[in-house]
Amino acid sequence: MKIAIPVDDKSLESNVSGSFGRTLYFLIYDTETKESEFIDNTAAESTGGSGVKAAQTIVDSKVDALLTPRCGQNAAEVINSADIKIFKTTHASVKDNIAAYVEGKLPSLDEIHAGLHMHGDN
Amino acid sequence: MKIAVLSGKGGTGKTFVSVNLATVAKTSTYIDCDVEEPNGHLFFKPEKIQEEEITVQIPKVDNELCNGCRKCADFCNFNALAYIKNKLIVFEDVCHSCGGCSLVCPEKALTEKEKTIGKVQKGVSDEVIILTGILNIGEASGIPIIKNLLNTEKYRQDLLTFIDCPPGSACIVMESIRDADYCVLVAEPTLFGVHNLNMVYELVTLMKKPFGVVLNKCLEEENPAEKFCLEKNIKILGKIPFDSELATINSNAEIAVNKNGKYRKLFSSILDTVIEEAKNETTTSP
Repeated sequence: MKIAIPVDDKSLESNVSGSFGRTLYFLIYDTETKESEFIDNTAAESTGGSGVKAAQTIVDSKVDALLTPRCGQNAAEVINSADIKIFKTTHASVKDNIAAYVEGKLPSLDEIHAGLHMHGDN
Repeated sequence: MKIAVLSGKGGTGKTFVSVNLATVAKTSTYIDCDVEEPNGHLFFKPEKIQEEEITVQIPKVDNELCNGCRKCADFCNFNALAYIKNKLIVFEDVCHSCGGCSLVCPEKALTEKEKTIGKVQKGVSDEVIILTGILNIGEASGIPIIKNLLNTEKYRQDLLTFIDCPPGSACIVMESIRDADYCVLVAEPTLFGVHNLNMVYELVTLMKKPFGVVLNKCLEEENPAEKFCLEKNIKILGKIPFDSELATINSNAEIAVNKNGKYRKLFSSILDTVIEEAKNETTTSP
């Protein structure tokens, strides 16, 4: 299974980023081969709609699941349209969350917030 | 003559000042540009209301024609488009109606459709024409509504026009004061009030608008907003006291100048000062 996690640093020792749309990097991790890849989140600097753009990046990475502490409405719509499951991270560190995911201990993310629009607008 | 009333935050008395100025002016137009929370109509209770829907253009996708090149999604500065599972998705609430996506689409798969974002109401209250802009909840920008409200064909240019602006100093306020001949800044007598006054002060200075300040909710003690005006050499148009009678009149959605001779006199004097100041500006500036 390939999973995506928003992360603060390009390292497996990193913590999970507090934001999905505006995280600096995404970790793409394969739970079978244990291969990891870090990709830049080009949406981080967006004037608006960063959630949509970040979600497009995740979809294009062809992952099976997204592990994130939170997710906005528009981003969730993109992710769900691509049949990618969204799980809520329960630990600070990336490693702990991967372990919890592999053990099937991560809850699915049910609270989808309304988005933090209006960045650079109004 | 168009007079805009603005302030750096909500609750300083923009609507209070503009409603009372429009009422003492007798034959005038009052335009409520605070489209997210228009409340001037609560005081005027306008009659003979005519409504007009305000629409913007948003993209419409023909997924039969779309070849998935993503030129539209790459072009969109607001990321209102996503291409998922061979299907283009439009996020209408993020779209800013620039029309760029349909221009860059090589397959002509994108066209535009109208989306209603709110409405404009026009009514009368005695001799005052009332224009109210109402933005639907959840819409990103009220600017198309303000553009419609301030369209010069909507009201008589020979009459005094009072523009009740949205709070703050963002682009929605810039749009509201764009064509104003004079700006009235309403300020509260606190340090926080000074901070907010400074925001609109910087805006009107930047936009080279003639302006003056109305000091609202004045107490006996020292007034930091007044001090700010004196330091910056800003014209003080009038001082309104912190008065429980005024608060009562406002809470009952009544217009102070109609209820109390003292306030009729005060607002007449503020209006005279505003008109005089605005005339001086137009004769002295090129």
